[in-house]
Amino acid sequence: MTIRHHLSDQLLMAYAAGQLPEAFNLVVATHVSLCDECRARAASFDAVGGVLLEEADEIAMGEDALARALERIEGLPQATRSEPLKPAGIFPAPLADYVGGDLSAVRWRKVGGGVKQAILPTGKDASARLLYIPAGTAVPDHGHRGMELTLVLQGAFADENDRFGRGDIEIADEEVEHTPVALAGEDCICLAATDAPLRFRGLIPRLAQPLLRI
Amino acid sequence: MAKAEDETDWAGLLVKVRDHQDRAAFAALFRHFAPRVKAFLMKSGAGAALAEECAQDVMAVLWQKAHLFDPARASVATWVYTIARNRRIDALRKARRAEPEELDWGPEPEPDQAEVLEAQQETERLGRALAALPAPQRTLIERAFYGDLSHSEIAAETGLPLGTIKSRIRLALEKLRHQMG
Repeated sequence: MTIRHHLSDQLLMAYAAGQLPEAFNLVVATHVSLCDECRARAASFDAVGGVLLEEADEIAMGEDALARALERIEGLPQATRSEPLKPAGIFPAPLADYVGGDLSAVRWRKVGGGVKQAILPTGKDASARLLYIPAGTAVPDHGHRGMELTLVLQGAFADENDRFGRGDIEIADEEVEHTPVALAGEDCICLAATDAPLRFRGLIPRLAQPLLRI
Repeated sequence: MAKAEDETDWAGLLVKVRDHQDRAAFAALFRHFAPRVKAFLMKSGAGAALAEECAQDVMAVLWQKAHLFDPARASVATWVYTIARNRRIDALRKARRAEPEELDWGPEPEPDQAEVLEAQQETERLGRALAALPAPQRTLIERAFYGDLSHSEIAAETGLPLGTIKSRIRLALEKLRHQMG
C-alpha cells in the first residue's frame, strides 16, 4: 500500500501537543496506524513535548509525595507484554475501538442516492462519521466552513484535483469546493471529521442537512 | 555510555524499573520528573492539587507501563511527556484521545547501544536547538504545547531539527516491517 496523501505538520503537532478535538484525534490515530511516515513524524513532535517537559520549571511535590507513590506502586502489578490488538478487517485498532467492531458492527443510516453514513460518538467540538459511497457515485457538491479531514479506508475517490485510495487523507478547508466521486470498482468507505457543519450547494441537500446532523 | 558527569542515565534507571521492579530507580525518576510534570500541568491550567494528583498518576503509569519503554526509540523525557499529555486530556478536557495501533516491536532484549545513545541524547540536542530559536518562535511552540493556541492557530514550521529524529524512527519502522514481512 502506497500512501500519497499525508497529514500536515500542523495537525501532527497539534496531535502531539494534545490540542485536537476528539474527532480529529480519531482520524489522526487511524491514519498513523496505516502510515509509518506519519508515525515517525508524530514521534518527532512528541520529542518537542519531551524537551518542554524536561525544561519546565520544577514545582515541588507535597512532602509525602514520594512515600505515597512508593506505597501505591507496591500494590500495582506491572503490566506484562501482550500481543498488540491487530484487527483483521478494514478498520485499524483506534477506529475499531470507536465502532465497537469492524464493518459489520456499523449502524448505517441512508443519506440518499445510495450513500450511507454513521456518526461516531465524540466530543461536540468536532464530529466524526463513517461514509459509505457506492462505487461510481458522486458525493453532493459541497464547500466547507471549517476544516474537514477525510481518510479512505476502502475503495477510492477522486475530485477535480486528485485521487485518494486506502490510507490517503484529504485535508479540506474553506478554500476547497469540490465534487468527490467514488471510483468504479469497490464501494468507497471513508472516515471523515469536521469542526463545522458541511454546507451543501444544492437546495435539497441543504434542506436535509439538519436531518442528517452533518 | 559516555556522558557528562552531572548527567543521569534516566533510560538506564527506567530499564531497571522495567526489568527488576527496582524501587530505588523509580524513586530517582520520581524526584526528577514528578515536579516537572506538576509544573507542566499547572502551566496547562490545572490547579496545584489536581496537578499534584495527576503527577502521581503519571508516575504510577510509568511504573505500570515500563514494559513498553524501549530506550532505542524514545528518551525518557519524551516518554513521560506522552503519559502526562494523555493524563491532561483526560483530566482537563474530559475527552478521549485515540492512540495509533500499537506495533509488535516491544523493547529488544539487547538494543544497539549506539541507537540508545542517539535516542537518549535527542532531548538534550533538541533542547539546545529550542534555546537557540528567536524568542517569539520559541514562545509559539510553548504556547502550542501548553494549550494556549487552538489547533488551527498552531504553526507548522517549528524551526527545530526534527528531520533527524523522524529519520531515525523511520529506519526503525522499516527494520520492523522487514522482520515482519
